[in-house]
Amino acid sequence: MNKLMKRIGALALSTVVWMGAAITTCAKDDNYTYNYDWWGDVQDSPDFYTVTGVYTSVELELDKKMNTPSGMCVKDNLVYVCDTGNNRILVFERNDKGELKLKREFDRFQGDVEVNTFSAPTDIAVSDEGDIYIADGGNARILKLDKNLNYQMQFIKPVENTITEETIFLPNKIDIDTTGRVYCVATGINKGIIKYEADGSFSGFVGANKVSFNWTDYIFKKFATQEQRDRMESFVPTEYDNIYMDYEGFIYACKGNQTQEALEEDGAAAVRRLNLLGNDILVQNGEWGVYGDLYMGEGGGYEGPSSFIDVTGLENDVYFCLDKKRGRIFSYDDQGNIMFVCGGGQSPMDGYFKSPIAIDHIGTDLLVLDMLDCSITTFTLTEFGSLVFKAMDQFDQGEYDASGATWEEVMKLNGNYDRAYIGIGRSLLRQEKYKEAMDYFELKYDAENYSKAFKQYRKQWVEEHIGLIVLVILALFLIPMGIGKVKAIKHEIDIADIFK
Amino acid sequence: MKALIKKDKLQHYLATLKFALYCITHPLDGFWDLTHEKRGSYAAANTILIITLIMRLVKLRYTSFIIQAVYWEEINMVLYMASVLFPLALFVIGNWALTTLFDGKGRLGQVYMATCYCFTPYPLLQLPLTIMSNFVTVDEAEFYSVISGLSLVWCAILIIAAMGQIHEYSAGKNILFMVASLFAMLVMVFILMLFFSMISQGIAYFISLGRELLFRL
Repeated sequence: MNKLMKRIGALALSTVVWMGAAITTCAKDDNYTYNYDWWGDVQDSPDFYTVTGVYTSVELELDKKMNTPSGMCVKDNLVYVCDTGNNRILVFERNDKGELKLKREFDRFQGDVEVNTFSAPTDIAVSDEGDIYIADGGNARILKLDKNLNYQMQFIKPVENTITEETIFLPNKIDIDTTGRVYCVATGINKGIIKYEADGSFSGFVGANKVSFNWTDYIFKKFATQEQRDRMESFVPTEYDNIYMDYEGFIYACKGNQTQEALEEDGAAAVRRLNLLGNDILVQNGEWGVYGDLYMGEGGGYEGPSSFIDVTGLENDVYFCLDKKRGRIFSYDDQGNIMFVCGGGQSPMDGYFKSPIAIDHIGTDLLVLDMLDCSITTFTLTEFGSLVFKAMDQFDQGEYDASGATWEEVMKLNGNYDRAYIGIGRSLLRQEKYKEAMDYFELKYDAENYSKAFKQYRKQWVEEHIGLIVLVILALFLIPMGIGKVKAIKHEIDIADIFK
Repeated sequence: MKALIKKDKLQHYLATLKFALYCITHPLDGFWDLTHEKRGSYAAANTILIITLIMRLVKLRYTSFIIQAVYWEEINMVLYMASVLFPLALFVIGNWALTTLFDGKGRLGQVYMATCYCFTPYPLLQLPLTIMSNFVTVDEAEFYSVISGLSLVWCAILIIAAMGQIHEYSAGKNILFMVASLFAMLVMVFILMLFFSMISQGIAYFISLGRELLFRL
């Protein structure tokens, strides 16, 4: 008896251990990656991206340690970093093994200008030809150098009547388009993104932020004294924090440090996708706005909404926003649906950030620059992440069956992933399996797609049962009519004279 | 003889229940007769109330997710029922308490009966709507919300008409006392909250007193 009990105990124990092992292989229990479902509830998720390396000055074999690096850009397999505190530019090459190696560093350039060095460079951009654009804030200019570091030209403070002479021109973030136009976000200039033509002339502002104010403040201001008014915040539009030119030539612009009210009123405020005219074309069909964390209350030493400091976009229109406040990466698809959230702050572990400042990508791999930690963290897709991307690509290319199958695999890895259910549903919808598609959409409350499927299903049903429907309608009319007729005849017989 | 009385009662009950249908289409006439001609009954009023409550649950469960997605984790059946019963009780008591001071002819029971009769359009409209909701797309959901709103407006109009008739008020006075009843409801809620917080503090005092004693002994 005793033996039997022991055996059962051992069996139970081994089951527990085995199950524990199975769980750890499926998802980490530390909640590194999560997602928001339709209700806005946090759903733990297996990692979408995994850290492949954290490169500090030691790993990068730098003679002089990095000091508050604040700008990063990627061209092919080269990573350009602005080492702001040391007034130099670092260029790293990513080798075949995926490791970053120092390729070159420079803090001066040749050419016929007064100052041949940089002063607190904050951002960098590189063209297809290899021309390097540097936001040289301390010298109030944007430099254009060729690949051999010869001075080409500079973009200076725009001449515009709204910019006073006293205003110091501080280019902060820059990006360029394929024709060599330069877009710049400058500190203290809130009329929008400054746009220069390729010849260096200022051609206007793009995507100005609208002035936002609330009515109570407005009315209060009407009655306030001058002193009170001065103490209040003024109604000025805030400047963008960063811009990113995507592969199609649209500019992603992000703006951090926002209030919860501003974000919930106008979900587009945190990230915008600007077209050539400066209009916002960011699609926001997701259940939740594109503004990071939904829960903005105090917790874990943080308070308030996410503060986006940088954004980068892949060629499948998935884009990533970097939250400075909580050190998280938020990913959205082309419809504005949240794909995943990962990262965090206040932890020395890999994949957590102290003060992330820039994000960029090589292919589908991500790089994040940390200003305080002076490190570059590289990420690559996990099996889960690459399956999701594969399923999306297959759907875009019209391989609906294959896409559905891939989403099924995704669902096996993460049963709480809303996108997987909707992906399967959409592929079923394309395969004209409307009833099955409806079931999947209903599970994840996708009313739009459900309606699409249901409309077709209803049409199909009516077409199949048209005979029955006609019969029922006829019956509804004919039976009461028939009964009426019979009754009338009976009545006539009853009152007929011949039977009296 | 016994069976005959029983049959009589049943027939009276059914007649009063059927009278609800007359009331909702002819509110002024109907609610006058309801009390003055004794054409309504408490049994029918209770039946209508219970049907309304059941309809609320049916609606919660069977309405399509397109129109109403339910977060089941946070649904509390008792509270959900109370969301109808509690305001009803407040209104009936508040209305009676006020009108009885100002020449209102209706008695407490009559106010309750009339209010319950006013709920009739709700199950009548909501049942077909709930069924319909499962056969519509997002674009057609507008119809649903319009008709659904209509059922509530209908109930509200009926309540106003009913109160005027059973208290024998003129239109202006009636409206005035409907608004006053709403305030009475608010005052009652306030007093209830005050009451409960006082009671809980009182109990907490004695509990702490007891604890103190236990420590000392």
